[in-house]
Amino acid sequence: MLGSFVIVFREMLEAALIVGIVLAATRGIPGRGRWIGAGLLAGLAGAGIVAGSAEWLTSLADGMGQELFNAGVLGLAVLMLAWHNIWMSRHGAELAAQVRQVGRSIQDGKSECSVLALVVGLAVLREGSETVLFLYGVSMSSSGSGLSLVAGGILGALAGAGVGGLLYAGLLRIPLRWFFGATGALVLLLAAGMASQAAHHLIQADLLPALADPLWDSSGWLPQGSAAGLLLHSLIGYEARPAGMQVVFYLMAFAAILTGMNWSRRSQKFSLPKTQGATA
Amino acid sequence: MYRTVFLLCLLLPGLSSAADNEYALVIQGNRFIPDELVVPAGKKLKLVVENRDDAPEEFESYSLNREKIVPAHSSIILYVGPLNPGAHDFFGDYHESTARGRLIAR
Repeated sequence: MLGSFVIVFREMLEAALIVGIVLAATRGIPGRGRWIGAGLLAGLAGAGIVAGSAEWLTSLADGMGQELFNAGVLGLAVLMLAWHNIWMSRHGAELAAQVRQVGRSIQDGKSECSVLALVVGLAVLREGSETVLFLYGVSMSSSGSGLSLVAGGILGALAGAGVGGLLYAGLLRIPLRWFFGATGALVLLLAAGMASQAAHHLIQADLLPALADPLWDSSGWLPQGSAAGLLLHSLIGYEARPAGMQVVFYLMAFAAILTGMNWSRRSQKFSLPKTQGATA
Repeated sequence: MYRTVFLLCLLLPGLSSAADNEYALVIQGNRFIPDELVVPAGKKLKLVVENRDDAPEEFESYSLNREKIVPAHSSIILYVGPLNPGAHDFFGDYHESTARGRLIAR
């Protein structure tokens, strides 16, 4: 029971953290609930399909289908998050100004939400397919412990969603002035962490050199399997034993998105002098 | 012609060493068989993990930095290393209490 609690809790928390950050980052955009809800449902449906075809997926590309699929999903999520952050650096000021004015809708808001629905869907797809597969395996074993394993899974799902909800509530308490800066930083770290994980899957498939493997080993004082390690892993992409190539991907994604955000903010100053400095 | 044969002969040791560095693990009854493998340190290894159970399993190792699902009644390929000398623990994430093993790199 404890084992299934931990597994489902972990997958659920990872998905809930991403959904929480996305919910927080889209605060004030009209119709975001519908888009994110659609992303959630599509992700859940996709997770069932992926779990059902795990065997087929594994056999693709000379047995490296799993890695390519994961790297592809992660790469797509990184691009979407990068686009969100760069878009937000330009429009964050407008949003902050308009959030208080009820009923004012932003034209670009819809396309922004569809992008984030995709991020939510991809996160749920990845974490959800592992959970579905695990619970399927549990239900297959007809031993008497099956019921307690499923109970552990349900408790784990609730606890994971609960902790994710707490983080969301914590984010929401941040004053609006710092709000877009805070969620922007979270999304930036989340995207960099996903880029590092994408590299990890490509190294595992032997498609990328590992460079140094591991580059460092901090498992002695912050094991990745510990509660703090798991939380930091899903939030900022912490790894106790990363390969050198993962760190390269992390830093490259971080620098590229940051540069894009700065560029977008600077060009905004010329085109929108009135709202300049509203979030600064 | 002779040169081609000569070059092929040069390649052969490389090919055979790649085959030498292939190791097999079987998952049966939610356990790894064998649960301990002695492997060379400092070399890239190919691990073939076959799951003979009805339930899916996930091969996971913090020390090897690897994580891969092994569907029921199928095999997966994993590349690991080059490894530092010593023991590298791995486990089955879906049956962590019984599915445990390690690679001993020498």
